[in-house]
Amino acid sequence: MTVADRTITAPEETLALPAGPAIARRPLGVFSRPQGSEGWQSWLFTVDHKRIGIMYGAAALFFFLVGGAEALFIRLQLAVPNGSVIGAGTYNGVFTMHGVTMIFLVAMPMAAAFANYLLPLQIGARDVAFPRLNAFSFWCFLAGGLLLTSSMLIGGWFQNVPDGGWFNYAPNSGLLFSPHKGIDFYAVGLQITGIASLVSSINLIVTVLNMRTRGMSLFRMPVLTWMLLITQFLLLFAIPVITVALFLLMFDRLWDANFFNVAAGADPLLWQHLFWIFGHPEVYILVLPAFGIVSEIIPTFSRKPIFGYNFMVASGIAIGFMGWGVWAHHMFTSGVGPLAVAAFSVSTMFIAVPTGVKVLNWLATMYGGRLRFTTPMLYAVGVVSMFTIGGLSGVTHSIAPSDTQQTDTYYVVAHFHYVIFGGIILGLFGGLHFWWPKIFGYMLDEGWGKAAFWVILIGFNLTFGPMHILGLQGMSRRIATYRADEGFAFWNMVATVGAFVIAAGVAMLLWNIYKSTRDWKRAGRPDVGPDPWDARSLEWMTASPAPEHNFDREIEVEGQDEFWHRKYGRDESGRVVRAATASEIAHDGSNTKVHLPSPSYWPIVLSGGILLVGYGLIYNLWLVAAGMVLLVGAMYGWILEPADDPEAAGHHGEHEDGRDDGGRDDEEAVTVG
Amino acid sequence: MATVTPDPQDTAHASDEHASGGGHAHPTDWLYVKVAIALAVLTAFEVFTYFESLHGWGDTALIIMLVLMMLVKFFLVVAFFMHLKFDAPIFWRLFMFGVVLAMAVYMLMLTAFRFW
Amino acid sequence: MADTMAAEAATHSAPREEHRTSTGISNEKLAMWVFLGSECLLFGGLISTYMFNKGRIGPGDIGPADVFDIPFTSVSSFVLLMSSLTMVFAVSSIVRGDLRGNRIWLATTAALGATFVAGQVYEFTAFYSEGLGFTTNLFGSSFYALTGFHGAHVTIGIIMLMSLFVMSLRGNLGPERAEKVEIIGLYWHFVDIVWIVIFTIVYLFPQ
Repeated sequence: MTVADRTITAPEETLALPAGPAIARRPLGVFSRPQGSEGWQSWLFTVDHKRIGIMYGAAALFFFLVGGAEALFIRLQLAVPNGSVIGAGTYNGVFTMHGVTMIFLVAMPMAAAFANYLLPLQIGARDVAFPRLNAFSFWCFLAGGLLLTSSMLIGGWFQNVPDGGWFNYAPNSGLLFSPHKGIDFYAVGLQITGIASLVSSINLIVTVLNMRTRGMSLFRMPVLTWMLLITQFLLLFAIPVITVALFLLMFDRLWDANFFNVAAGADPLLWQHLFWIFGHPEVYILVLPAFGIVSEIIPTFSRKPIFGYNFMVASGIAIGFMGWGVWAHHMFTSGVGPLAVAAFSVSTMFIAVPTGVKVLNWLATMYGGRLRFTTPMLYAVGVVSMFTIGGLSGVTHSIAPSDTQQTDTYYVVAHFHYVIFGGIILGLFGGLHFWWPKIFGYMLDEGWGKAAFWVILIGFNLTFGPMHILGLQGMSRRIATYRADEGFAFWNMVATVGAFVIAAGVAMLLWNIYKSTRDWKRAGRPDVGPDPWDARSLEWMTASPAPEHNFDREIEVEGQDEFWHRKYGRDESGRVVRAATASEIAHDGSNTKVHLPSPSYWPIVLSGGILLVGYGLIYNLWLVAAGMVLLVGAMYGWILEPADDPEAAGHHGEHEDGRDDGGRDDEEAVTVG
Repeated sequence: MATVTPDPQDTAHASDEHASGGGHAHPTDWLYVKVAIALAVLTAFEVFTYFESLHGWGDTALIIMLVLMMLVKFFLVVAFFMHLKFDAPIFWRLFMFGVVLAMAVYMLMLTAFRFW
Repeated sequence: MADTMAAEAATHSAPREEHRTSTGISNEKLAMWVFLGSECLLFGGLISTYMFNKGRIGPGDIGPADVFDIPFTSVSSFVLLMSSLTMVFAVSSIVRGDLRGNRIWLATTAALGATFVAGQVYEFTAFYSEGLGFTTNLFGSSFYALTGFHGAHVTIGIIMLMSLFVMSLRGNLGPERAEKVEIIGLYWHFVDIVWIVIFTIVYLFPQ
């Protein structure tokens, strides 16, 4: 066996060989790795956690606009009594897609964007544990998202769209009641995004546990890293539950199984249980990253360390645990029996405690601080106040008799929008403004940023505040119209006006991004510096935007808020004084001798295979066969891919960080399928 | 969940041993054979209960006994074949978290259905 | 030539100083355990779905007692159980550097797994001919879904074992990669313990 033959199948051995003729002879060109860090290919084949994070963010923003447009159609339809903007059937599809899009394709990937970009930086790592799997997670998510969204177009405008609500109760989701392909798109699309989330959660858990820099013990990690870690654990254990539920649904619809076939004796409550066993942890999967973001922003702009770090972390962990024991509060009116109602009622009241701890800690962090109300800080304070309103209306649901009155009314809609928009979206937007200079190297305009914040905040309260009243007046959610004599007209009109105010605010936010980018380019792309906000954690200790290799040298961490403590010390009288400027401490990104994982073709090819399998399941099983061929081929390509391409430009030298992933995460690649 | 993670300093010893490539005490093949024999005997006994039905025991007692034997088999494989008895404790904690959570959540669900 | 290459490969893929991880555990092994923790909830969901549904059939409808062939399933369960033993032999032989032994045990494990899957295929066809299809009733749907998922996991495991076997034949599976075998072994044992649970709950519980 010649050396050249062996290089194809022996990733590690190519590492062992010096770049030379043995490598240059590649019998099969496809087994080489893509090269270069410029142009569109560098994005498609990237394994860099920062680029993947940016792509997650961009995709989430795109889906946010899709879901937002759907929301506007809902509000247009409901603006006046007997609305006739869209028909009742289309209305079902629109509100379902609005919910599914906003939860699975906006809130989760936008949190994943921050997780991908920031998590390795905050723990001082070079990249995630499995860079190629990370790329796969993104492309797989995108495949699922596009499949879901394409349901609005395939076979006619909103003809084959999921229309069972985001929780898609059985038996309404069966072929009998929903004969078109919409629910199939729901089942397959969410299954695919579920694979993405699961792979990503394994990857990030291993990253946090294993890739921390020297001295970065778990209790020195920033609160955001902690909250993201807990989120990944929740995903890890919650995704398989929805996977089971979706498989059962898929089997029922595609192959005539009986899982939710009441005529065959099935109990459709099984779907509700499985869905909410996933669904309630999902709520914390959505909100904990936003909590983490707020916990980074508030200390920075209060110039104080986070109040009660240990309590902050412990309450996050407590939420992670207790989130598993409250799911049946979504089912108080489903006939689960008095004992179950009482038990879940009590556990739901308890889970308010750790959440309350968080709110109090944020307030205590601000108390006595030197507050700077920048745009991110405004968003963070917005989260604290708006989320608290949503949390309080949530506590009213925990009381079962009260919940019985509120279930399926607009009161519930008001509640979860205060949590999801007021807590999660505001938090993610705050994070967007906060880390924009780190990610792109320039600031967003503060004036436009603040203006957009206020418009969004006012629009948000105009939209969802009145829904509390509408709900208590008895307006059901998910009705396509209401009569004029029901007394819902006024507050519905207010809500519709509010929705368009939100849209205006989002437009201002987008304009701000465009304008700030344009102004920065016109000004000759000035450097914003590593640390524009005078912040505390490690991601600010490197150049902006973060260089491909993150840090020039390995950082040795000695405590919480390491970066802050390198900038500031105390004088004899105990006053905080600056010891060094940020640019003196921060790495300038000039070290080009860092060994980085090479880009790879296979993550996107593998996801393409999954996408084909997905469409095949819905339309034609031959397509599944084609997808499987692509999928298996991509897996073996993945495994056989050389660990590294010695001909790739630069980034080779003495300083190896050893995280050449090639050929090392192949086991996972196989089990993923 | 994440609290179970040992501080890196704590695991330094175990990990150093591990990193040196199988430096930790590997059980001998003979031990594996003994475990396999135990598993085989247990399986034989499980199947025996099916045919003999152990008259007079009643279904509940039978189920309890089967579950106990199942658990013993489960943990024999996990502890010896999967090395958890000898490996870093973090694996044990991660895996048991999944096992216990799955049991708790699904048994709670079946309880809500008044299954038992 | 081959020896020097193997030695060189060993120095480069064994954990080096630069490969330091915070826990000292390799990323791959940690990831596999994290993944197995997640799998518990997948199989837990399928098993409880089965338990919940198996009795929800009409009177006179075809049920577990009508189709199960306990002697047959006991034998195939025993085969899968023993494949775990051969799997640990595969791991311990590669740790010792006994590459030939490793190949033999990998192949044996895969063959035992294949025997189990073949038994399952036979069982499914037998049940089907007795009138229990996937769509027949809730017992049929739940039974085939649960055991089918398990069978798919075994099949994936066989494919991974065969891939290891081929790697070994081509000389790419030396002692420095013993952990790869160990990790796939973990997956294999997990599939085995899931079957321990399924065998007891599905087949042996009094119907």
